[in-house]
Amino acid sequence: MVPLSWYLLLSALLFAVGLYAVMARRNLIGMLMGLELMLNAINLTLIAFWRYLHPYNLGFQALVIFVLVVAASEAAVGLALILAVFRLRETEHVDELNLLRW
Amino acid sequence: MVTVQQVVFALFALMTVGGAVGVVAARKLFHAALWMILSFFGVAGLYILLEAPFFAALQLFIYIGGVAVLIVMAIMVTRGIMGPKEPVFTYAVGAAGTAFAFLVMLALFIVNVPAWMGSAPTGEVAPDGMRQLGRALVMPSAFLLPFEVASVLLLAVLVGALFIAREKE
Amino acid sequence: MNVLQFVANLFVNVGAWMGEVLHGWGLSPLWTAIVVKFLAGLVVAGGPLAAVLFLIWYARKVIGRIQDRMGPTNDGTAAGPFALLQAVADAIKMLTKEFIFPHGRDKVVFLIAPVLVVAVAVAIWAVIPFGPPDAGMQFVDLNIGVFYVVALASLTFFSMLMAGWSSHNKYANLGAFRAVSMIVSYEIPQMLALLVPVMLAGTMGMQGLINAQEVPFIVMAPIPALIYFLAMTAEVGRLPFEQAEADAEIVAGYFIEYSGMLFGAFYLAEFINNLSASFVFSVLFLGGWRGPWVEQAPILGLVWLSLKAFLVFSVLTFFWGAMPRLRIDHILGFSWKFLTPLALVMLMVTALVDKIVQIVGERGPSPSVSPWTRAGWLFLANAIVALVTAWVLYQVEKRQRAQREARRFAVVR
Repeated sequence: MVPLSWYLLLSALLFAVGLYAVMARRNLIGMLMGLELMLNAINLTLIAFWRYLHPYNLGFQALVIFVLVVAASEAAVGLALILAVFRLRETEHVDELNLLRW
Repeated sequence: MVTVQQVVFALFALMTVGGAVGVVAARKLFHAALWMILSFFGVAGLYILLEAPFFAALQLFIYIGGVAVLIVMAIMVTRGIMGPKEPVFTYAVGAAGTAFAFLVMLALFIVNVPAWMGSAPTGEVAPDGMRQLGRALVMPSAFLLPFEVASVLLLAVLVGALFIAREKE
Repeated sequence: MNVLQFVANLFVNVGAWMGEVLHGWGLSPLWTAIVVKFLAGLVVAGGPLAAVLFLIWYARKVIGRIQDRMGPTNDGTAAGPFALLQAVADAIKMLTKEFIFPHGRDKVVFLIAPVLVVAVAVAIWAVIPFGPPDAGMQFVDLNIGVFYVVALASLTFFSMLMAGWSSHNKYANLGAFRAVSMIVSYEIPQMLALLVPVMLAGTMGMQGLINAQEVPFIVMAPIPALIYFLAMTAEVGRLPFEQAEADAEIVAGYFIEYSGMLFGAFYLAEFINNLSASFVFSVLFLGGWRGPWVEQAPILGLVWLSLKAFLVFSVLTFFWGAMPRLRIDHILGFSWKFLTPLALVMLMVTALVDKIVQIVGERGPSPSVSPWTRAGWLFLANAIVALVTAWVLYQVEKRQRAQREARRFAVVR
């Protein structure tokens, strides 16, 4: 049997890699990918806790569904913003987007 | 004595973490998106191991079929055909240090909670769990309000994304 | 047991016999089960591949006859009587062709795309029930079977995007975009129409859906069946929705740069997708393996299901031969402006009518409602929605015609 701590360590590792991707990548879309990895790690933690500690509590599953919904909508709006910024400034490099007015 | 479950867990865990490392290590952005999809597959496999097949299918459907397709199409629209190899990382050392420190803190916390070191899950999953979940999402005493708020959120996202990304005439 | 009884419950008996053989060779029960399951998986994966050989010949013959010509014949070739071995000849030709790789392609992704598309096409077959439960005729009965099929369809867009992007060809890229936008638009009416049989049966598992079909769902929900059929036609890229591979317009779209067996993989995957879409439609709406004498001889379930799926595949083939290709903006408009609202309306109407029939039935003479009563009321509801839709379309058409006439007769002074 697989102990709970293995799942938790795995999702902690996934979260750390996602965090590194968000902090170190200089491309907007790359940062969004790291963000999605972090949200996946969160969902994995929630499902692991649900299965191991509270299999009868549906609140965990509902929370996972809502985190999924929010992650997908945030990816959609984030990408729409990235597209709009790209059209205006022709760049995706975060370091070049440092002017507050056009 | 390594059980079959542990072997399968190791396989899916390798897929997940390997995909995540691929996201940060890929030179081309498109490859990073493909590694991310591999990572999502690994997570779906882990959901199946955790006896939540509905969430595995949701993961396939929403993350791989929705978010990943969005990301790939955004890459294709903003990158052109193959894209130049861009300078990938700055502040890499500081970021790596922060992420590593965070991971070490979490790991120390996790291994020090005895309730989480147990090797077997407590209790069995109800066989009609999905039906109960469906009912819970529409009962006013359970999760009806978050459900409705989530649908309003999705409507706002639909209209908002269309509005932000439209072509200015 | 005699031969007839052995064949009647063929798969369970063959599996048991093989289990005994393997056990006799000294394998532990765990490994025996694994090996038997693996062989079953090979059969399930190889079945569609073998069926496709026949179906390619059938499709070409039927289209030839629709177009007033003979189709493949064996005059002067060694293609067998009536050219039945035509598909074998095609396969041999494709296997012996040279791979031409475009310069500047992305080497790894270029090779992964055809593999992925065939893998996804074959993976759908794992949940299709070929016979009654406990007859060993379904590889695995997931309780989210229908959801699994839909989720796999969303993986086909990846192979399209990967193929289009890695070819280093802007036309392939554009073709991939068009194909993906069409498939994404038709996912929504497909899923909404799929929710209606799931709602009527109360489960997403394939066997559960067939169990609930004493009256086939095509009678209880004809409009969702039609919507699902159209959306499925678009998903597999069949005419009139053939934007993914529009032969005369964009010359094979996203797989322009693939040659030889790599193209063969896409071609094969397209036929397997068509066949699996036909099977899924038969399971969902036509009653699956139900038919006379299935209780006594479960292998007949496979026969009935194959006949129904073959019928659906024939209809798809007739579409291929007889319909023109629609323009991409018409296709997308049709999905978003017509199919999606209609599917939403049907979902609400079906839920309402079903619940009302159930509540009224519970207060009536007998506590439960006979399936035929339920089917009758639902069919009536569908007919009413169809009439209302036709009336709305007629009004829209009348107004558009009035606008066209007004423009034509507007005098320029």
